[in-house]
Amino acid sequence: MELSDLLQHTSEWLKGTGPNSDIVISSRVRLARNLDKYPFPHWAAKEQGEEILAKIDEAKGKIDFLKNTTTFKLAKMDNLDKQFLVERHLMSHEHAQKKDSKAIMIDDEEIIAIMVNEEDHLRIQVMQSGFNLFEAWDIINRIDDRLSKELNVAFSREWGYLTACPTNTGTGMRGSVMLHLPALVMTRQINRVLAAISKLSFTTRGLYGEGTQATGNFFQISNQVSLGHSEEEIIENINGLIKQIIEQENQAREVLLGQSKALLEDRISRSFGILKNAYIISSQETIELLSMIRLGSDLGMIKDVDRSRINELFIITQPAHLQKLENKKITSQDRDMKRAELVRSKLNQ
Amino acid sequence: MVCDICGKNPATVHLTEIIDDQMNELHLCEECARQKSAQMESQFGLSDLLAGMVDFEKPSIDKEADTLACPSCKLTYADFKKIGRLGCGECYTAFRKYLAPLLKRIHGSSMHVGKNPQGGTKLAPKPDSLGDLRGQLQKAIEAEAFEEAAHLRDQIKEIERRGQDGA
Ligand SMILES: [Zn+2]
Ligand SMILES: [Zn+2]
Repeated sequence: MELSDLLQHTSEWLKGTGPNSDIVISSRVRLARNLDKYPFPHWAAKEQGEEILAKIDEAKGKIDFLKNTTTFKLAKMDNLDKQFLVERHLMSHEHAQKKDSKAIMIDDEEIIAIMVNEEDHLRIQVMQSGFNLFEAWDIINRIDDRLSKELNVAFSREWGYLTACPTNTGTGMRGSVMLHLPALVMTRQINRVLAAISKLSFTTRGLYGEGTQATGNFFQISNQVSLGHSEEEIIENINGLIKQIIEQENQAREVLLGQSKALLEDRISRSFGILKNAYIISSQETIELLSMIRLGSDLGMIKDVDRSRINELFIITQPAHLQKLENKKITSQDRDMKRAELVRSKLNQ
Repeated sequence: MVCDICGKNPATVHLTEIIDDQMNELHLCEECARQKSAQMESQFGLSDLLAGMVDFEKPSIDKEADTLACPSCKLTYADFKKIGRLGCGECYTAFRKYLAPLLKRIHGSSMHVGKNPQGGTKLAPKPDSLGDLRGQLQKAIEAEAFEEAAHLRDQIKEIERRGQDGA
């Protein structure tokens, strides 16, 4: 597989299918693992880093269900390609920063992504469309079992999987769910919900990773605690919390429909109008307006655009995606024009 | 050194803040640090706070801890405080005494429950059972985590008291 092949199809997490896919965009589980006897990536010498990468790549080759997974070395990737993978949520922003001995392994369906020599030697990630944490856990658990047979993993009976940062020690697991919560934002209930989430020791992030402001009403919720609870327990806990948030969002949608239907319809149609007619548009504005269209589609107010096309637009209007589609570097100003052109053509089909 | 924020009180807490991949050193007084950390926590989640969090410990143990080095990878505890990352799996053993209470503070637990590389699963112990607490107390004492030990001792006393009351 070549990286550009990814352009031809929709990422698993953007398919717009799966349980509760009106509110839940995607579910993801990641595991942090390290090889015993080797320093963690930030502390390893270059040769050690290369050795680790070679070992992991060899192990991957022996595992049957990773046979459709391709290894890309970051040293051979340009900045555009890296940004492209970050936008597709296959790679973290941090991983894209330094290139030494780093690699990413991606399967054809973009369900599995394994970062090598990120903060830990291995960061295994499994993505599922919709509200599907248990299935993601089931897949990643099997990958982890097989990799543990091939590799000597750093583990302590007392503290579990040993990770570079003590915030990941134990299961090394982070489960996260990406939610679209426009009604909670519009009814100004979101801060109350987010405050409750953080009290329960879960974290909330925006659409794009660590520290980013939530844009377009997207919220990524994940567990903070990784030691002292089993993987299943952690998944159950997130699952329970997400169910409640879905319920709250649905209630807020009911309230909006009941009390301010005309206003809501107006806002959604105006958003649709701008997207269908604009000649210059920033990625920030695009995401915010698309969020409204998505809500309109969920509520049956917009009928001729399906969810998967809206989801596709979220990603192909990102800066690196636009440039990959055009197959050249484009300045930020020109991108705003290209973006508007692309959105117009996709929504006026 | 005075606090970077209020410019009045002496700076006793030293934080590393990362904004847009730029590292910033911040020297703060206790009060400003607490405000700052609440703010950082809501923005970034826990991990970026870690480098600062270690510094909230009493300064008296700092000197002794700082010179500790992992025999395997040579990372010192001072390095860990600075970068917020350990050097290798062995570091966990080398810094055990300081990591045990830190892990407890981060996760509310210092005992792994869940799968292992051999494919087995360790189930959670029955909550607060007396034998389990005694085991934890023993471990805490060995690790010289006295604050934690005192807390465990109180819990054990409480359970024993309730037992005698027939509750
Ligand atoms: Zn101050
Ligand atoms: Zn070490």
